Amino acid sequence: MTDLTDLGVAGLRDGFRAGDFTAREVAEAFNGAVEAASQLNAFIVTTPEKAIEAADAADKDRDAGTLKPLSGVPLGIKDLFCTKGVQSAAASHILEGFTPPYESTVTTKLFDAGAGMLGKLNMDQFAMGSSNETSFFGDVVSPWRRNDGGNAPLTPGGSSGGSSSSVAAHLCPAATGTDTGGSIRQPAAFTGIVGMKPTYGRCSRLGIIAFASSLDQAGPMTRDVRDAAIMLNVMAGYDPGDATSLDVAVPDWEAALSSDLKGKKVGIPKEYRVENMPGEIDALWHKGADMLRDAGAEIVDISLPHTKYALPAYYIIAPAEASANLSRYDGVRYGLRELPEGANLQDMYAATRTAGFGDEVKRRIMIGTYVLSAGYYDAYFTKAQKVRSLIVQDFEKAWEECDLLLTPTAPSAAFALGDLSDDPIAMYLNDVFTVPSSLAGLPAISVPGGLDEKGLPLGLQIIGKPLDEQGVMDAGLAIEERAGFVAGAEKWW
Amino acid sequence: MSVDTETVMKIANLARIAMSEEEAEALKPDLNAILDWVEQLEEVDTDGVEPLAMVIENRTRMREDIVTDGNKRDDILANAPNAEHGFFAVPKVIE
Repeated sequence: MTDLTDLGVAGLRDGFRAGDFTAREVAEAFNGAVEAASQLNAFIVTTPEKAIEAADAADKDRDAGTLKPLSGVPLGIKDLFCTKGVQSAAASHILEGFTPPYESTVTTKLFDAGAGMLGKLNMDQFAMGSSNETSFFGDVVSPWRRNDGGNAPLTPGGSSGGSSSSVAAHLCPAATGTDTGGSIRQPAAFTGIVGMKPTYGRCSRLGIIAFASSLDQAGPMTRDVRDAAIMLNVMAGYDPGDATSLDVAVPDWEAALSSDLKGKKVGIPKEYRVENMPGEIDALWHKGADMLRDAGAEIVDISLPHTKYALPAYYIIAPAEASANLSRYDGVRYGLRELPEGANLQDMYAATRTAGFGDEVKRRIMIGTYVLSAGYYDAYFTKAQKVRSLIVQDFEKAWEECDLLLTPTAPSAAFALGDLSDDPIAMYLNDVFTVPSSLAGLPAISVPGGLDEKGLPLGLQIIGKPLDEQGVMDAGLAIEERAGFVAGAEKWW
Repeated sequence: MSVDTETVMKIANLARIAMSEEEAEALKPDLNAILDWVEQLEEVDTDGVEPLAMVIENRTRMREDIVTDGNKRDDILANAPNAEHGFFAVPKVIE
């Protein structure tokens, strides 16, 4: 029998249904892999008993003929999702020990569909970061290493770094992620896996600890495109508990997957050719265009003139929303309380927040508070929202000329932990290709395209029209089939 | 626009983050670097452009006027650092 941890979602689901193995064998195999991989620091909390419990239920369901869509599949859950009775801390100190009395909508859907939970995945604190170095629970390490013989620990990307590291290292067949400005796609690119951010509103935000509410979206992180479709089919859907949830039908994306792109036009946005981009990334981008052409698509050059301004607009809007969302952490209702001797209520708020938030979170709260403060609101926040309108219009104009866009996912391969942590703006530039589609709420996927000369994975991104997850995943599949990306991280942990 | 130490301390107070003058001094260059960088938005002509209000077309939905989150007092208090008599307890506010 093959090692069960080498199977993805479809392989486990189908093998389990065919009777090749029991769900309990699957859960035990992944529990073992998780336990043996503590060097990666991908998990904050492990829940082997939850994985076993769901597996035993799946085995009974199989006997009874009442199988569910994800019966037999254990998952990793990003720590941003509230999970009933299991610590959900957003990798922060201020929420350490917080055990929600309720389950997020997305995890409810996954568990109702038969999936089990292996544990809560490490991440950048409150999803603020692009390298998983802002977690209160320590850095996550990528399973990948450069082929130059050096053992420099590499970033798994962020903020969904525990998700990317654990999927790439086969600690779980798939994981949930969340994406505000690229937090699913950039870590997927850095670790050679697939990361899919659906249209804003596809997945309910109820029970996902809020960062920037007009941008936050949940999505799957998987080993291939089919698995992303299977996961998203379960995760998506209308939820009256989220006012921005879209009340639209969820198509069967998996059933309709097709890499035949005849009749599709794919745009190459010229503004994404940024300064100092490594030649290898440019070469991969050209290769990606050739792959899509080979799948039947027509490639056209298009222009998104305001691309350059997406990142600065994002770094006003996201911190502004974050400063409002994170005002709830005050030491009164949940999480940490710091109460110095003789402190009054105001002192308690400040002492709690000072002790509970990490440096990057504080930096963003400060920026957000400033740009929303009296006298500066229009100059910063309103201005950024106007620029955001122009970015949305750029995409709307592009859709008159093409159906999808192809870009690199990130401007570099994974860097070493510590390389960028002293320079916030250099770190923010990691999201240069993912932020524009986030600001416009568009569906986008990152799929592995190849390796760089140091043997590290590089990702290609497909961006689609609102609600065209199918088109995005179809094009992702076309690249996946042609890129022949079978490389995996060599096990050292 | 760049911020001085006094402004950094004022923002910190608004955000309820305790900060000494030395800490404010240390954070100032980071904040100014970020603010300088986002100020490139001034290059963009936004005359007559409406600020974005909704990213994906959606509508505000009406729901039945019924209580949907009642009777969960104990759940709501379960994570409180200090709960007494069915309420959140905080340090004395009125002397």
